[in-house]
Amino acid sequence: MAIIVNCDAKGKQRMQAIEINKLTKNYGRVRGIADLSLQVEEGAFFGFIGPNGAGKSTTIRTLLGFIRPSAGSATVFGRDIVRESEEIRALTGYLPSEAQFHHGMKVRDILKLSAALRGADCHAEASLLCERLQLDVTRKAEDLSFGNRKKVAIVCALQHKPKLLILDEPTSGLDPLMQHAFFEIIRERHAEGATVFLSSHILSEIEHNCTKAAIIREGTVIAHDAVSALAGKKARRVTLRGDVRAALQEELQTLSGVRDFHGFSPSAEKEHASDSIHFLFDGKTAELLQMLAASGVQDVTIAEPDLEEIFMHYYE
Amino acid sequence: MTLLLHEWKRGLKTLLIWTVAISAFMMICVFLFPEMKGMMGDVGDIFSGMGAFTKAFGMDRLDFGSFRGYYGIECGNVLGIGGALFAALLGIGMLAKEEGNHTAEFLFAHPLSRTRAVAEKGLAVLLQILVCNAVVFLLSAVSILAIGEPVFWKELILLHTAFLLLQIQLAGICFGISALLHRNNAGIGLGLALAFYFLNLIANISDSASFLKYLTPFAYTEASDILHDGSLQFGYIAPGMCFLLAGILLAFIAYRRKDLR
Repeated sequence: MAIIVNCDAKGKQRMQAIEINKLTKNYGRVRGIADLSLQVEEGAFFGFIGPNGAGKSTTIRTLLGFIRPSAGSATVFGRDIVRESEEIRALTGYLPSEAQFHHGMKVRDILKLSAALRGADCHAEASLLCERLQLDVTRKAEDLSFGNRKKVAIVCALQHKPKLLILDEPTSGLDPLMQHAFFEIIRERHAEGATVFLSSHILSEIEHNCTKAAIIREGTVIAHDAVSALAGKKARRVTLRGDVRAALQEELQTLSGVRDFHGFSPSAEKEHASDSIHFLFDGKTAELLQMLAASGVQDVTIAEPDLEEIFMHYYE
Repeated sequence: MTLLLHEWKRGLKTLLIWTVAISAFMMICVFLFPEMKGMMGDVGDIFSGMGAFTKAFGMDRLDFGSFRGYYGIECGNVLGIGGALFAALLGIGMLAKEEGNHTAEFLFAHPLSRTRAVAEKGLAVLLQILVCNAVVFLLSAVSILAIGEPVFWKELILLHTAFLLLQIQLAGICFGISALLHRNNAGIGLGLALAFYFLNLIANISDSASFLKYLTPFAYTEASDILHDGSLQFGYIAPGMCFLLAGILLAFIAYRRKDLR
């Protein structure tokens, strides 16, 4: 079976590992993804964030040629996802969110089959990975727990040392120790030059590992930036403590740029008079400070919200 | 050839079961003949006097009392129906089972083209049918020798070739349908095999339904025709091979464009 293992570098400039251009996929009348555009640079550790059903898996499945795009185009390492799918898959390691294997086969045979389908001998790398993930290769596919199936899938995705790793909710089913071991391996691969495309709804994973990320919602990318920028640029979490009068609360809620307001209701004012209120703010800071200066607020905290908050925010 | 080998290993147990079952019934039928031979005079008269029933099974033109006639009808039905069910089940599941078992993602995460997958899976179907028929043929011939009847080699080979073609055609049509399915649907395969079988019976009974012969592969496995003419029924085989070709083409075209679930 002929496969292409080496990607010819076109010139010296940094190539896009993934370039998606207005990709659309409809399942009949149901939306999968719509006009989705995205670039992932070669060598990036890229996060792809979105809730269930936003189109993360549809995007990945289209990139790998499992499904055909309804419109638009995409390339992986410059290769067209429809016409040159086999070449793309030769360069890619894919970890599905729910891996299933042929019943009756032992783990050892599954790994061998996977290597044979790539026309490669991955024996040494496979046993190394199995050891690190503590995977018993004598077990049969149908006897594997969800976590162990995941481990088999990880070895299948990594044993041929691919240039691109596409990970779809990789840590589901793995215990914290295994998650740690897994990300250690992925970070090593990234350091060796592999591009990593990490699709997840677990934000800490993205925050800790990725340099860039895209947020997908209802089939389209709504934000695409460096993770630090996504977490910091848009808004600040403002917390006020002290004697916050109801009048100030009302005033604040009319100020432009205030969202996600958590105050206390006027009826409960007496009991909770000293409680804090907090909200997200991305309006003009001077206006906010002016308003606060005129009030009886004792303590003000303005901080960068974590990605979780930002994420919730994008979905409001 | 990785996938072909993989399919061969996965299908070995099923192949063994079907081959043993069909061979066993064939041998039982053959071994029953010496005992029935004496009674055949009367039985033959009864069988040839049952009107439509006689016509349906081609017994109006076959001598049930002779071993050839007996073999053509009894063994013909065993190998005809048994082989058809095996081939239909094999074909209908071959492409669809990957999605049904959720293993399509695993398979196609590798640099395996859809065309190659269809080709190797199609060859796996063919290989299993060939092996099954070779074993059945050998064991049948051995049992004929064992009961001391003269082996009518030419007609025996023609008869078994016709059943082999029937199975390949049926498997090919089911293979094409399999490319459209998202899970293994054995019912479609079994239904199709039985529908073809009954179409042939109807075509045998009624002259006005004889055009059905061009639709069903059982038309060219009719032992009475093959034993009478001493040749295969190319008039019925030709349209059958067109259906086979259509099935294979459908498999390639549909599977290449298919959205995998």
